[in-house]
Amino acid sequence: MTKIFMHNSEGKPMRLGVLFSGGKDSAYALYKAMETEEVVCLISVVSQNEASYMFHTPNIDVTSIQAEAMRLPLIQQLTEGIKEEELKDLRRVIEKAKETYTIEGVCTGAVESVYQAERIQRICNDLELWCFNPLWLKDQEELLREIVENEFTVIISGIFAYPLDETWLGKVIDTQIIKKLVELKKKYKISPSGEGGEIETTVLDAPFFKKRIEIVDFEIQIDKYSGVFIIKKVRLVEK
Amino acid sequence: MILIVDMNYKGSLGFYEFVLPLCRIVEPLEYEVWHYTEVKDIEYQEVILSGTALKDTGYLRNMGLFEWIRECDVPILGICAGLQVIGLVFDSLLILCQEIGMTEIEPVKENPLFSSPLTVYELHNYGIDPSDEFEILTTSEKCIQGVKHKKKEIYGVLFHPEVRNKDIVKRFVQE
Repeated sequence: MTKIFMHNSEGKPMRLGVLFSGGKDSAYALYKAMETEEVVCLISVVSQNEASYMFHTPNIDVTSIQAEAMRLPLIQQLTEGIKEEELKDLRRVIEKAKETYTIEGVCTGAVESVYQAERIQRICNDLELWCFNPLWLKDQEELLREIVENEFTVIISGIFAYPLDETWLGKVIDTQIIKKLVELKKKYKISPSGEGGEIETTVLDAPFFKKRIEIVDFEIQIDKYSGVFIIKKVRLVEK
Repeated sequence: MILIVDMNYKGSLGFYEFVLPLCRIVEPLEYEVWHYTEVKDIEYQEVILSGTALKDTGYLRNMGLFEWIRECDVPILGICAGLQVIGLVFDSLLILCQEIGMTEIEPVKENPLFSSPLTVYELHNYGIDPSDEFEILTTSEKCIQGVKHKKKEIYGVLFHPEVRNKDIVKRFVQE
């Protein structure tokens, strides 16, 4: 039998800022960070480049509503989304979080991307901050299952690869959707959790949300096998 | 049974980042994970010492807890923090040597774990200047990347094989 002996945190929890895109990975990393450390702010980089190298883009303006639903402060930084300029903007916003909320470390939802992990590690090292990636190298199907088991409400808000089409947009990720994504992985090599940028997600509710997000109005924009579910109006609802 | 030693501070999120990926690689083989402050007996077939978050060097203040490595007669693989500890137990020097990200390493000596030049993931501020008890297996431009104890089956790698070189860990546990 395989055993893992987990331990409780010793001493004072660390003050962390979580790099938050509004999607499932950063929200699940936030959930993990809250288990043992003190999350004091969310950090978000808003890219104006739709093919951003570093950051999740559709529905990014929803992050401020999500932060409100969690009752956590959010620090946002606009970036034009030019490859290396994004890094300077990321550094700027992390520095701002350090000054404003005296964070001691940063937590990210990086799963597989060495490009993303390496750059954030460098920035944190320069700023003398801890850097944690609790989803690092996690199996993507397992990650989706944990998100569903832990009662996150996550919708698919962007699709960027064949054969994903309009019918996927706005769908809540549940066991049926996971099954379909896993089938697509076998057939078309699409990463089931979208780490390769094939799908983007938006979190509407999670165990640490004080209120859940209800979509009042939306718009679907589609161009063959690339499309986005644009959230136009939302309200916060008591849970 | 394999022992995986968690080298992060107790309760650290580093557990998910540096220990769980090793568990996934050694599965379906049987393993146990113990925190480095709680390792008691070494009745295992192999031991793996994990890496840690870049700023986590708490293990260096607890070197007395690693004396068991000196007496250990089963194969050990130390990764990053694990390599530093193995080195220090056998009188090597800890040196400042930072590498973050993908790096080329050149195997310099034949060994059962890896054979050709590799691209590996690095995340460390310290490396070792190995004592005479070790032979050097591989280096990068900046740091010594792999060592083996001359008389024991004790290996140390400074890079993180769990990221892009999982076969190294698999070969170690299957040897």
